[in-house]
Amino acid sequence: MDNFLTYAFMQRALLAGIGVSIPCAILGVFLVLRRDAMIGHGLAHVTFGGVALGLLLSVAPLLVTLGVSVVAALGILKLKEKAGLYGDTAIGIVSSLGMALGILLVSLAGSFNVDLFGYLFGNVLAIDPEEVWLSLLLAAGVLATSILFYQEFFFLTFDPESARTSGIRVRRLESLMAVLAAVTIVLGMKVVGILLVSSLLVIPAAASLQVARSFKQALVCAALLAGGTTIGGLVISYYLDWPPSGTIVALSGVFFLVLFFLRKSLRP
Amino acid sequence: MANETLISVENVSFRYGETDILQDVSFGIAAGDFLALTGPNGSGKTTLIRIVLGLLKPSAGRISLLGEAIDRFREWNRIGYVPQKATNVDPLFPATVREIVAMGLLSQKPFPRFLRAADEPGINRALERVGMAGLKNRRIGELSGGQQQRVFIARAIVNTPDVLFLDEPTAGVDAETQTRFYEMLSELNRRERLTIVLITHDFSVITKHVNKVACLNQRLFFHGTHEEFCSSPVVQELLQGEHHLVCHRH
Repeated sequence: MDNFLTYAFMQRALLAGIGVSIPCAILGVFLVLRRDAMIGHGLAHVTFGGVALGLLLSVAPLLVTLGVSVVAALGILKLKEKAGLYGDTAIGIVSSLGMALGILLVSLAGSFNVDLFGYLFGNVLAIDPEEVWLSLLLAAGVLATSILFYQEFFFLTFDPESARTSGIRVRRLESLMAVLAAVTIVLGMKVVGILLVSSLLVIPAAASLQVARSFKQALVCAALLAGGTTIGGLVISYYLDWPPSGTIVALSGVFFLVLFFLRKSLRP
Repeated sequence: MANETLISVENVSFRYGETDILQDVSFGIAAGDFLALTGPNGSGKTTLIRIVLGLLKPSAGRISLLGEAIDRFREWNRIGYVPQKATNVDPLFPATVREIVAMGLLSQKPFPRFLRAADEPGINRALERVGMAGLKNRRIGELSGGQQQRVFIARAIVNTPDVLFLDEPTAGVDAETQTRFYEMLSELNRRERLTIVLITHDFSVITKHVNKVACLNQRLFFHGTHEEFCSSPVVQELLQGEHHLVCHRH
């Protein structure tokens, strides 16, 4: 059996995979507890439009998608706030428009379907060194911001009304959280693809909530699960020749089920 | 000498769409008051508290909190607040009692608001004051409604605020726990001169524990002392002859 670590493409995949999945999982804990998990799914649809725009303009799709996703995330918040829409309705509108934009651009260009498929299903094994560095840089930014605003995010997640009466600027924090969600979705897109990227936010967070007894434990547990399933998924996919994106997500689903039944047996 | 006025509500009105929720409400709350804000369902009590705390903007009128207009108010560490239905906690929410009480300290911390070892004694003290020190590391979802309520009071008083606002804090809590809870509030008010503003429907609380009462039904139709309240014809109107009110103090 050969050692997968001797291959540069596997080294890059592991580096980018771990670097991206950990901040996704940490942010996911806040989003899941705020019942905002679907924002990840909605923004993933929007990234389809962003990628198509980037490919059409021949500008780095990662950067174009980043801009489109951040605008979409803030748009969802504004729709909720100004139009008085429910969160899932606002997400539904923005994600559908993003997807429609992608379909229109693909139809107009008609020539980059193969590239687009790489984004839809993810291809972390083909990630190039520049994308690895860009991903790690953005992931470090998301992680550092989450640590700096940890106490505020925690308060906002648990009790937004009391957070406001503690002098916390709730609207600014909600915007910051939405921007971070947009950045993590764009980062995860390259690892597991647009169709599965929201799983990086949701599954490790939901799994950690089955066993965590404190908020810090939930964050650490989600980060460990995300890192572990990314490594495990990549290793399994290498030796069994399975698609890495599907393997990573399926493995995290298995961990979720194990922890779910563990909680049920301990605290029926 | 009259006590210092901590909260001033001047000609406050609030409309939601075409509906008047509050009309021209004015009153003051002095330091050391234990005020019950009461009135029928939908009378605007929660709306008024939310306006006083700056969570809602009034359609007309002015609010002053600790001598500062509410839109310029920044001393949030001097205010404690326990919102309505605070104890509707998701049982799976992974937060310990200690983590929740520590949230209350954020209002006095500059960015990045990290907690330090020096904050622990304050957290312990707040938990001791509400008799919850032994459950510091328990998950909030594992506690009873009454115990959760005490944790939220500890979070609200961890900064030793000047004023504590509570919005129907004992809804869904059993009678025995309610009695202990209000005795604890009375003690905080008496011993530590904590000013308390309490929204309640519970007449036994009004007759036993508070020293000021404000009755609201869109308009303020009574504001005075506990004794004035007990002898006021407005109370009989409120009770509509269904109950006999016995006012007494412990």
